[in-house]
Amino acid sequence: MINKTVANVQVACEGIQDSMTFMLGGFGLSGIPENSIAELVRRNVKNVTCISNNAGVDDFGLGLLLQKKQIKKMISSYVGENAEFERQMLSGELEVELIPQGTLAQRCQAAQSGIPAFYTPAGYGTEVAEGKEAREYNGKMHILEEAFKADFGFIKAWKGDAAGNLIFKGTARNFNPNMCGAAKITVAEVEELVPVGTLDPNQIHIPGIFVQRIFQGSTYEKRIEQLTVRKRS
Amino acid sequence: MSLSKEQIAKRIAKEVKDGYYVNLGIGIPTLVANFVQNDIDVEFQSENGVLGMGPFPFEGDEDPDLINAGKQTITALPGASFFDSALSFSMIRGQHVDLTILGAMEVSQNGDIANWKIPGKMVKGMGGAMDLVASAENIIVAMMHTNRAGASKLLKDCSLPLTGVNCVKKVVSNLAVMEIENGSFKLLERAPGVSVEDIKNATEGNLIIEGDIPEMDIS
Repeated sequence: MINKTVANVQVACEGIQDSMTFMLGGFGLSGIPENSIAELVRRNVKNVTCISNNAGVDDFGLGLLLQKKQIKKMISSYVGENAEFERQMLSGELEVELIPQGTLAQRCQAAQSGIPAFYTPAGYGTEVAEGKEAREYNGKMHILEEAFKADFGFIKAWKGDAAGNLIFKGTARNFNPNMCGAAKITVAEVEELVPVGTLDPNQIHIPGIFVQRIFQGSTYEKRIEQLTVRKRS
Repeated sequence: MSLSKEQIAKRIAKEVKDGYYVNLGIGIPTLVANFVQNDIDVEFQSENGVLGMGPFPFEGDEDPDLINAGKQTITALPGASFFDSALSFSMIRGQHVDLTILGAMEVSQNGDIANWKIPGKMVKGMGGAMDLVASAENIIVAMMHTNRAGASKLLKDCSLPLTGVNCVKKVVSNLAVMEIENGSFKLLERAPGVSVEDIKNATEGNLIIEGDIPEMDIS
């Protein structure tokens, strides 16, 4: 067993520098790497590019980095929940590249898989296709999209072990597995770091080979963005 | 009389057939789930990573690790599955999802759709909409026929940035059910009490009217 465990989030984030590109898992506030985001805020790393489906809300998730103006560029599919984001984007302080959600997932997956580029029909005929190669397959037009290149990937999983094996929970899985091994260094934080041998190999979602550093996360807030419930009758 | 959002959803629910995997967009499409017949088997996919989505949880049962594409807390039904975003869009681009229902700001007579951006005003992003419309074989758009100022949203050409081209097959609005055929809106049904003339006046794009146009069944 190759041990990927690091003592804490500070150690896990060693090597982070200004102007780097980060991938961050999560959909909305579900499955975001809360501990790593807090550490990025604490280190006050500047001018970074973030690849993440969303940009958090004003006071949580990537919104915390936006507040401190640490982000130079966001690559996302949907950013509708964040007033500070909108302000920075409209004033030109923040560069924003909006791309289709499936394309975002596949560009992570391609980076993970060593596929430099792929054709997808998503965005053909729209401004997303501008400047991209287009080609017809099976009577339908597709555009060429490239694998992402990133320095660090920040992943949140439910359970993991010292070998770096990961299991995700519910829809907190989302982009997290696709981003594992897609950046030069993958940092995984987990709710439960369990002893090696405890996880059933049949149930592992991401094998440890895709993870360089793993640590036990703490004090997860797991904020709910849109609480919707039924009354018990 | 023009339909309410619930009535639009009710009419669209009749298009959902036994054995369908269905992706519902945010807004009116989400309401469709409430009106699907009880005697058919349908599974709802949410592109953030769940198939077999159930109703909202009971108070106190909400789980931050279980949400839909609108970030609302949901439940998972027996037989449900969770998956990552790449696999989710494999279901969509790979045409494994049978029906996509989504909202629109504008639709053109050749089936172009715009629903993600108003330049200088609203820039929230396309989310999964571009992947959905580029790949789905069967797309129904739920929308209001006109904007608040009364201007048509069913146009010759979309004025807003496009989400996809030549992709919409059917539109259910508060006034009518239309099919897109050979570069025109073909009128199939009208809302109860709404005349063909009313629909003509509210449609900027080319509208084909053949024979008697029946009233929609929104029972």
